[in-house]
Amino acid sequence: MKLFGNKENREEGKNGKASGLIERLKQGLSKTRSGLAGKLDQLVFGKKQIDDAILDELEEILFTADLGVRTTQELIDLVQSAVARKELNHPEKLKDILKENMRSFLHLPRIEHQRPKPGEPLIIMVIGVNGVGKTTTIGKAAHRFRNEGKKVMLIAADTFRAAAVEQLTIWGERVGAEVIKQDTGADPSAVVFDGISAALSRKADVVIIDTAGRLHTKVNLMEELEKVRRVVNGRLDGAPHEIWLILDATTGQNAISQAELFHKALGVTDIVLTKLDGTAKGGIVVGLCHQLGLPVRFIGIGEKMDDLRSFDAQEFVNAIFD
Amino acid sequence: MFESLSEKLNTTFKKLTGRGRLSEENIGEALKEVRLALLEADVNYRIVKKLIEEIRRRAVGVDVLESLTPGQQVIKIVNEELTRLMGETRADLQLVGKTPFVLMLVGLQGSGKTTTAGKLAQHLQGQGRSPYLVPADIYRPAAIEQLKKLGIQLDVPVYPGDSQTKPEAICRDALSRAGSVGADVLILDTAGRLHIDDALMSELERIKEQTNPTEILLVADAMTGQDAVNMAEQFNRRLDITGIILSKMEGDARGGAALSIKEVTGKPIKFVGVGEKLDAIEPFFPDRMASRILGMGDVVSLIEKAQQEFDEKEAVKLEKRLRKREFNLEDFQTHLKQMKKLGSLEQIVGMLPGIGQFKQLKKLKPDEKGLIRIEAIINSMTVQERQNHKILNASRRKRIARGSGSNVQDVNRLLKNFIQTKKIVENLARKGYQNMPSIFH
Ligand SMILES: Nc1nc2c(ncn2[C@@H]2O[C@H](COP(=O)(O)OP(=O)(O)OP(=O)(O)O)[C@@H](O)[C@H]2O)c(=O)[nH]1
Ligand SMILES: [Mg+2]
Repeated sequence: MKLFGNKENREEGKNGKASGLIERLKQGLSKTRSGLAGKLDQLVFGKKQIDDAILDELEEILFTADLGVRTTQELIDLVQSAVARKELNHPEKLKDILKENMRSFLHLPRIEHQRPKPGEPLIIMVIGVNGVGKTTTIGKAAHRFRNEGKKVMLIAADTFRAAAVEQLTIWGERVGAEVIKQDTGADPSAVVFDGISAALSRKADVVIIDTAGRLHTKVNLMEELEKVRRVVNGRLDGAPHEIWLILDATTGQNAISQAELFHKALGVTDIVLTKLDGTAKGGIVVGLCHQLGLPVRFIGIGEKMDDLRSFDAQEFVNAIFD
Repeated sequence: MFESLSEKLNTTFKKLTGRGRLSEENIGEALKEVRLALLEADVNYRIVKKLIEEIRRRAVGVDVLESLTPGQQVIKIVNEELTRLMGETRADLQLVGKTPFVLMLVGLQGSGKTTTAGKLAQHLQGQGRSPYLVPADIYRPAAIEQLKKLGIQLDVPVYPGDSQTKPEAICRDALSRAGSVGADVLILDTAGRLHIDDALMSELERIKEQTNPTEILLVADAMTGQDAVNMAEQFNRRLDITGIILSKMEGDARGGAALSIKEVTGKPIKFVGVGEKLDAIEPFFPDRMASRILGMGDVVSLIEKAQQEFDEKEAVKLEKRLRKREFNLEDFQTHLKQMKKLGSLEQIVGMLPGIGQFKQLKKLKPDEKGLIRIEAIINSMTVQERQNHKILNASRRKRIARGSGSNVQDVNRLLKNFIQTKKIVENLARKGYQNMPSIFH
């Protein structure tokens, strides 16, 4: 399965983490997957009609992939009405119809971003709750931009968490991006203001802002983030051009609340779904994208700099049924 | 924490009241909703299935009590089931035997291990122990640095590890040095890893083998979805963990993962993390948590927390007034002051009974600056005015606004907030303090 990348692309970790792991991952995954999906195939095999046993099994697959009550019901209703309209008279077509619907939920046009004016850098702000993978995603994204020959600068606006600045600095060194920083405890807005000024004078092509993780329910911290955004905008008209919300694929239904509140406060332009190299399927994004109209742009499939991939709805949906 | 599930269940149970005895049918209907509520709360699909069957079996069978309304009956059974699943009794760290003790923290990437290590160090310090922080995460950039900084903040020694040394060697060496730094508890902060990453899971097994930990604690994110079972199962299978710590509980996650993890590992949840600061760790009380899931709140836990930090006399006075259902602006002021000490309003609100029914309270979130303004306004009132807000007519409000350097809108807003809070608090006092315990007796 492509989602998990191929070995050639991966650099060998100093701890040997990469070697053979992906192969094992795949095996591990196909085992868990064939458990549920395999049962569905057995149920469907040779049947002329879609019965309750099939629907139950389907429900289990969708719930277990974190699609949630609302989206699962929506999808099952779609199946049932297709059956009623006799469009779906063959159980074998069941998976195709479902996949088709899920893909349409996920297939969203990219939000029209404001593009940077000629000569100005693209400014991306990265937000999300604690520990979802913001800093790591920034490292990987910076690597991607560097591969396109861009001059990348990173702004360390997580001035709260211990050693967050150091973490970003190491990533900057790894991928060849300058990191603009102040001391832990500094005002993130001030860091961002100075950072953008530096990026402008040094003619960066891309600027990525790392922010401190925060729970979306903390009003004061969300206000702080809005302020950072305002300061960015005040320093450079039209910026930030993109706001990436990082979601962790292991998160359950709370991801909806996260997306809603971050989107309401800041206007998210893209979702990045991390940690898809585990056994969690991240199905929460199906309903979430559909409801909020936010597209998934990248997926994270590991901790190395090459482990950021463009999101492919077809692959993603296949993985839920694989 | 579990507000949303509480809300769901509350609605279900409201529908159930006044329908006479439980019948197969109305159990079925209620259970359907309980089922969806649990799924919505991220409890694992299979566990929900089991739980619903168990409740159905018990509800239809001999357990039906005559003295309860149908709604209370179902609450009782669901509550008992949830409590049973979550572990009935409160479990603490088991630090007995020969020192130094070793606490080993394990879990997925980003679950909160390092912060939890700092919190545990502070917690143990408070109990007169001498912790020693051991950075065993050589992979994540600056992870060692992060723990070192926490150590400085807490004035707790940190093993001087570096990312060139193997984690098991770091841990082993730290253990041999514990005596020389005067430590009696080691806290091993291991790297986050995937439960299916065989090489890294073996590394944990080696650390375990070489340090013989007193406790192996799985740190799990309270927002985890269905996959919680796979993760917990693997960590437990490879390491035979001794307990669980749930992180990020102060958010609005419904927390069903707590049930899932407890159920698949059979190990107790020992602590919950409720914030980013190093004192934001609390014991986990399964029985109270079950009541909380049911929307009955956690009066006991509120009072306990209050006792630590409230001026006790004030608390008693406040409670008396609450019982009499009087709550004036003076109480409001005390309440706001104490709130600052107690932590975030959400945290407190989460502990109040029946919180699902009091959504309004969630919106009353004054920030630090807001609190200062509110205090200034109340300070500009006369004693008489504070005791009886009803006499605050337009001219009094104008005077207060001038006196506190605010405007009349601010005063009006404060009064509105106060009246809302008063209503809620008095309501809570009635429901929580008086009626709640009687549900089960
Ligand atoms: N397996 C896996 N781990 C990841 C992925 N992305 C990030 N991580 C790991 O998750 C952990 C947390 O990542 P960070 O990038 O520090 O997360 P963050 O959101 O910046 O965290 P805070 O700034 O503390 O809120 C680290 O150990 C990362 O290596 C991924 O796609 N797969
Ligand atoms: Mg970070």
